[in-house]
Amino acid sequence: MAGCRASRGSWRFLTEEEASSLNAICEQIIPADEDPGAAWAGVVRYIDRQLAGHFQEHQKAYRQGIAAINRLAGRRFEELDAAQQQALLKKAEKDKQLAPFFNLVIAHAMQGFYGSPRHGGNRDWISWRMLKIPISPCRGRDHYDLTKGVKA
Amino acid sequence: MSLKKVDAVVVGAGAGGGIVAKELATNGLSVVLLERGKWHTPADCRKDDLRNQRTTILGNNTGPEDEGNPRVLVDQQGRERIVLPSQGGYNNNAACVGGGTATYGAMAWRFHPKDFRMRSEYGAPEGSTLEDWPISYDDLEPYYEKAEWEIGVSGDDSTNPFKGPRKKPLPMPPLPPTREETILRAAALRMGLHPFHIPMLRNSVPYGGRPPCMRCRWCVGFLCEVNAKCGTQNTVIPVALATRLCELRTQCMVKEILLDSRGRATGVAYFDQSGRLQEQPADLVVVSGAATESARLLLNSKHRLFPNGLGNRYDWVGRNLQGHTYTGAIGYFEQETYDDLGPGAGIAICDFNHGNPGLRGGAMLANEFIRLPIQFLNFLPPGTPRWGKAHKDAMRKYYKHTIAVQGPTQEMPVWESRVQLDPKVKDRWGIPVLRMSGYRHPHTLEIGNAMAEKAAAWLKEAGAVEVWLKRAGQGLSGGQHQAGTCRMGNDPKTSVVNKYCQVHDVDNVFVVDGSVHVTNGGFNPVLTIMANAYRASEYIVKTWKGTKFRS
Repeated sequence: MAGCRASRGSWRFLTEEEASSLNAICEQIIPADEDPGAAWAGVVRYIDRQLAGHFQEHQKAYRQGIAAINRLAGRRFEELDAAQQQALLKKAEKDKQLAPFFNLVIAHAMQGFYGSPRHGGNRDWISWRMLKIPISPCRGRDHYDLTKGVKA
Repeated sequence: MSLKKVDAVVVGAGAGGGIVAKELATNGLSVVLLERGKWHTPADCRKDDLRNQRTTILGNNTGPEDEGNPRVLVDQQGRERIVLPSQGGYNNNAACVGGGTATYGAMAWRFHPKDFRMRSEYGAPEGSTLEDWPISYDDLEPYYEKAEWEIGVSGDDSTNPFKGPRKKPLPMPPLPPTREETILRAAALRMGLHPFHIPMLRNSVPYGGRPPCMRCRWCVGFLCEVNAKCGTQNTVIPVALATRLCELRTQCMVKEILLDSRGRATGVAYFDQSGRLQEQPADLVVVSGAATESARLLLNSKHRLFPNGLGNRYDWVGRNLQGHTYTGAIGYFEQETYDDLGPGAGIAICDFNHGNPGLRGGAMLANEFIRLPIQFLNFLPPGTPRWGKAHKDAMRKYYKHTIAVQGPTQEMPVWESRVQLDPKVKDRWGIPVLRMSGYRHPHTLEIGNAMAEKAAAWLKEAGAVEVWLKRAGQGLSGGQHQAGTCRMGNDPKTSVVNKYCQVHDVDNVFVVDGSVHVTNGGFNPVLTIMANAYRASEYIVKTWKGTKFRS
């Protein structure tokens, strides 16, 4: 049974192998530099959670897309060096078969990096820290005591 | 089984329906207010930037749910596909108590006097059903004022020379200006333009028993954490309920308007919270489901006398769907423009709503609401690499250094832009869903692109060192500003309702929402929906006599 696959590990939809390749792809989309990148932020965790939820319709695209990227690489994508990875993704971007999948991953990676941590990505609000936005979720000019009456 | 008969049943507890329910109940009519969504409170305010009314990547915080609420979208090539509420193209409006007013940006515009006589002013371009309203700005003025004071509006338009005359100022002062406003105001004045503080349905000081805005960044798209945003759910609907003459039933989906043998309405049939079909008898039915769903309900209410749907004898129901064509520009500034103050939008000009040579109308231009990072992805300049370190660099460079100016171009209505019933697809209750098709008039795009240039010029004068345009989009328009599908008019052959929002063919059915807008102004439409709701309600109350209207 698919659900009993030994390599499933801690993921809801992806296999360990798929997650590893996808993680490398996402890290190229949002690489670490002076600020952490997609891998540190948990972008794959975001994508995996949504694939088991709101993004179920994309399951097939991910299963086939990651396999296709690895086929194009001739081995596992994450085993390529950084320059090779970038070259391969640039090729995928222009490839009629692969481009739709790559576009999907770009969109989802951005969501996982810049969206709310509640969905599994953007660990510790890392992208907001990068953009130097105050982290407190709701910062106001004033604080109100809502229990006190206000004048009409 | 039939429930206890009431004077009026109101379908939809949004901007229009909430006001009608309150006006009828406070004037002694018994009312049942049916709402397909839930009643959220500020305690439900989830700061979820991927799931809200503005950004629906993971769904919509105020409904409807994706499950069981499909629509069919037909593109210009005739290809059709199923669309869900969280997907673009659905043209969703919120489904909850308060409707769009629970989560809106809350701009409180009065339309320009010329917006009510667009055909007389400009003539209809070929391929457009551009027409005058049967009422004028002056007819609506007292009701605009009532909406401003009852629901609550802050702002200051005293320095806007283009506005229609107003008898009373706004009840609340504007919020203190943001950094963006200060920069844009100085530039507008240098250009000889007339900037002013946007009227907003948002408390700037305590009002209506609720506190003022605390200026957080979770505004448009979200329920307000401190209840400072003024919607029908925290103003008129509680007043309606306090009369004990109005009963609100949530999660109730209306199937059809029931009609007797002579074609008069006798109430509505609806599915209640547990999916049971109920019949609510009433002497009067008010439809306030917004332009898409109101048209759907009329079309689904068939009768021997109205085989194509109630009010649809001349095929006008569902036609002329319009929204707004938003265009504008984004500027990059060397100085930091971000000051983390919500709601963000605060300054506007009406210099270009009318009087543009060769153009039929135009748009109000305003600075954009505060942008969360996920939203800002769509604000990067064209040509920015889509991925890699260069994309990340761009986010770091631009995020706190941009100002966006945009406006809602008044659209030229198009007969072929429409909603109708899909012959096959049904919703979770088995009710036929909407099939949407159409396009924007080429002149609408022309006006929109001209407005983008105006916005760009303003930003350049303000000191932007890079400026890029947001041009007009193609395809069917509607969205949260949806309007036009049950046009108001004096001639029953070319409109659906009369100037009191009363269906020509069936005198005890009213449509009170954006559906009745003949044209949709170069402004956010909600205050006009509210004003019309007060006006229609006054007519109902004045002419209602027992179970019938005085002729």
